[in-house]
Amino acid sequence: MGKLLSEKTKKVFLGPLNKNNPITVQVLGICSALAVTAELKPALVMGISVTIIVAFSNVIISLLRNTIPNSIRIIVQLVVVAALVTVVSEILKAFAYDVSVQLSVYIGLIITNCILMGRLEAFAMANKPWASFIDGLGNGFGYAWILVVIAFFRELFGSGSLFGFPIIPEKLYEWGYINNGLMILPPMALILVACIIWIQRSRNKELQEK
Amino acid sequence: MEALNIFVKSIFVDNMIFAYFLGMCSYLAVSKNVKTSLGLGIAVIFVLFITLPVNYLLETYILKEGALAWLGPKFATVDLSYLSFIIFIAVIAAITQLVEMIVEKFTPALYNSLGIFLPLIAVNCAIMGASLFMQQRDFAHLGEATGYALGSGVGWALAIVGLAAIREKMEYSNVPTPLRGLGIAFITVALMGMAFMCFSGLGIPE
Repeated sequence: MGKLLSEKTKKVFLGPLNKNNPITVQVLGICSALAVTAELKPALVMGISVTIIVAFSNVIISLLRNTIPNSIRIIVQLVVVAALVTVVSEILKAFAYDVSVQLSVYIGLIITNCILMGRLEAFAMANKPWASFIDGLGNGFGYAWILVVIAFFRELFGSGSLFGFPIIPEKLYEWGYINNGLMILPPMALILVACIIWIQRSRNKELQEK
Repeated sequence: MEALNIFVKSIFVDNMIFAYFLGMCSYLAVSKNVKTSLGLGIAVIFVLFITLPVNYLLETYILKEGALAWLGPKFATVDLSYLSFIIFIAVIAAITQLVEMIVEKFTPALYNSLGIFLPLIAVNCAIMGASLFMQQRDFAHLGEATGYALGSGVGWALAIVGLAAIREKMEYSNVPTPLRGLGIAFITVALMGMAFMCFSGLGIPE
């Protein structure tokens, strides 16, 4: 790997996984992160889709960055992203129809996912294609792991299963254990994100506000 | 009547923020004081009110399967729905730009208070989300779509003004340091969401 990943590239890739995480630190792309995490499977599919779209749109915009007129750059970015999202959405409809139904409008909403616009504006417009690709991958993974962690807890405690397979043993239910219905409802997603932020910020003092 | 019902429901029951988390990014970023958040709320209502009916017409007469039947029997089976993402976002970006120019020209006072927010709205998920929900719900006529647009806009504005008011008060309270700012804002939104849940089932009786 040596030459392929220089010190700077490594920082670009690893930063978003922790100290520069798109969700908990940059506060980007929260809408979909919260809405698709009631179960693990759609969360994972969403994470992968966003990673692919961020990485490739970063590359495309980075290749075009010297030819895009400044005044219409937002529209150019939106069109590139919308085209990529359409491709991903058609692929999902063809090969994973049930997941695409579960994700409903949130696949389309990747277009307006702030991670995309944020990364395109902040990174791809000013960097070379390879670095932009790594940045896209890093931010995509940073987004995906938060989604997976939230979905893990919500599905485990909310429906007692993981990836749709029951995990909590029948015996426990016979002894009176009940699934926590609140975990499935929207507000718990917010509280779980708040918990992740809490843990992350108490470990990294420099991220704390005031 | 049905349109009024949809209007009320989309404010309280299907609230953009509390039920679908749409427009969260600007919701959390701009809700630090009541005045600016009110400005952004009004801008969102305004843009939704214009873009959603336009997208509804495009959807019914051009994009939907069989929507092109008015061109002649040959077009009755054409399905252009795979183009909807690109068309919707283009309409939203174009109309936001247009609204910005019109507001700047005719009401400079309003422009000065909304100015910075208008371009941001093009990438607000609430606007795009409303168009996609409109596509999914298959409204019967333009009135219902307009009612939905207004309702979701008002619901979003209500949510952001509420959060901003709470956050202004929270300045004086002693929150654990790691939770300050973003963390506590998330928890506040969650609690507001739980409070809004008691509206579920609300509607105007036929």
